[in-house]
Amino acid sequence: MSAIVSSTTHQAHTRSGGVPRHQIVAFVLMVAFFAIAPAAIYPIFLMKVMCFALFACAFNLLLGFGGLLSFGHAMFLGTAGYTAAHAAKVWGFTPELAILFATGCAALLGWLVGLLAIRRQGIYFAMITLALAQMVYFFYLQAPFTGGEDGIQAVPRGKLLGLIDLGTASTMYPFVFAIFIFGFLLIWRIVHSPFGQVLKAIRENEPRAVSLGYDTDRYKLIAFVLSAAIAGLAGATKSLVFQLASLTDAHWSMSGEVVLMTLLGGMGTIFGPVVGAAIIITMQNYLAQLGAWVTIVQGLIFVICVMAFRRGVVGEIANLIKKPL
Amino acid sequence: MTEIFGVPTQALFGQLLIGLINGSFYALLSLGLAVIFGLLNIINFAHGAQYMMGAFVAYLLANLLGVGYWWALLLVPLIVGASGVVIERLMLSKLYKLDHLYGLLLTFGLALIIQGLFRHYYGSSGQPYPIPQELTGARNLGFMFLPNYRAWVIVVSVVVCLSTWYVIERTKLGSYLRAATENPQLVQAFGINVPRMITLTYGFGVALAALAGVMAAPIYQVSPQMGADLIIVVFAVVVIGGMGSILGAILTGFGLGLIEGLTKVFYPEASNTVIFVIMAIVLLLKPAGLFGTEK
Repeated sequence: MSAIVSSTTHQAHTRSGGVPRHQIVAFVLMVAFFAIAPAAIYPIFLMKVMCFALFACAFNLLLGFGGLLSFGHAMFLGTAGYTAAHAAKVWGFTPELAILFATGCAALLGWLVGLLAIRRQGIYFAMITLALAQMVYFFYLQAPFTGGEDGIQAVPRGKLLGLIDLGTASTMYPFVFAIFIFGFLLIWRIVHSPFGQVLKAIRENEPRAVSLGYDTDRYKLIAFVLSAAIAGLAGATKSLVFQLASLTDAHWSMSGEVVLMTLLGGMGTIFGPVVGAAIIITMQNYLAQLGAWVTIVQGLIFVICVMAFRRGVVGEIANLIKKPL
Repeated sequence: MTEIFGVPTQALFGQLLIGLINGSFYALLSLGLAVIFGLLNIINFAHGAQYMMGAFVAYLLANLLGVGYWWALLLVPLIVGASGVVIERLMLSKLYKLDHLYGLLLTFGLALIIQGLFRHYYGSSGQPYPIPQELTGARNLGFMFLPNYRAWVIVVSVVVCLSTWYVIERTKLGSYLRAATENPQLVQAFGINVPRMITLTYGFGVALAALAGVMAAPIYQVSPQMGADLIIVVFAVVVIGGMGSILGAILTGFGLGLIEGLTKVFYPEASNTVIFVIMAIVLLLKPAGLFGTEK
């Protein structure tokens, strides 16, 4: 499993001095962009980018740092979307409670799926997650509470903590921004924690990690649950932004998209998935009228990335400046 | 009307037949995947797209050149298989030194391109493909009507599967293949052209998918999406069977088709998901798959 990411990742920073300066610079730039951008760019679009960026970061936690390629991550995005929408619309949960509840549901599903999937490795892992995600998709297609092809529409954004009305972009945007930064920093923290280091050791050489006494299955399962939960956080937030939870989010093509975002941005880099998500979402926006071309272009990007551009955008930049990003 | 477990026999046998037909396709497709995986160590994500290509090329041959079903049965696997050879030479062969997951990602990208192109030019709606004249009609078996074409599909699938098994397990060519699966360097050292064997194996696996596509064309409508969902089920079939054994892939394919058919009779709500549930159970009890061996 090591070959897939070792070219794109670098040893994490473990010195006691903390985070390297260029990463802080990159982080400040990213925060500044999302803080200033709504002045020039449609806020709903930016919120969509942030939701998918968080989704891709969660996926990257598993692939880039754990070496596990899940081809079914849409099930967590979709599950959280549906449960958040249902909780907010039918049960009248406030937005923060709906999101918490949905994140918990995604984590629970992640635990169940993880228990099964980590029993096999490599491509079997990918096939198993894909198949289980398809099962979840069929469940949502038939379950009465999801509204089938229509999805759950007109989901109320509600009032944050019962006080702040999230109905307008001026209040919703900071809320989504805060969730995105929270999720991003959480992943950063996980990657640089002792747990993250063990995860990398497992990715590089699992038998060796086992011989060092690590219960690798447990580490992989925890990584899977964490990734599922953060993907769920993204999905729940997304359903409140668009006030809609639909089958699209649970479909296998969504699982493919998140792989593409991560691959294009740079597997195993901290900032790569954010860049990848921004590029893919922008492209979808421009090509939306062209129907099938979106699929074709995505396929082409896949092929180009795999054949010639395996480091991804951020991975290439990191390689250029010789510092991990 | 006679009944078994409260279900009319007509409905029961009808669904069993559909299950057997689906099983024929599962078997053909998972066989192709297993053969490719055996030698190339990659999962061919484009398998569903290549199955769809098979159906589409048959449709185009019929509508543009007036080539009928029987010629299509021969030509389409050759054409689509040749496209597979090109893909292997130009792209896949560059990835063998890398992690196997790159092969999966590449073929996934190719599947998106192929499906997108066909959707762009022919739309999402299905195109009809006629059943060849010689195979129209049905025969009365006493307890049910068996359409001739469906019987033909089952027979061809069984014959193709068993011949493939025979070639791989019982002939000299097959022994080279199996040896190269175990240790390609050593086989190469014995003077056998392993890279060419890998290329042809991929072409053969793709041709099997295309053959399945031609046979599916008269049963299902020819549409760009026909392979996308099917391939996920086939992946589950492969996980259940384990990819270690050719015969295992065939048996699992037919068996799961039948189980799916039975589910449609007794608990239709679960018919979409039953294979995935079985996969989960098999993973719990025997993670390597029913016929697989833990590597």
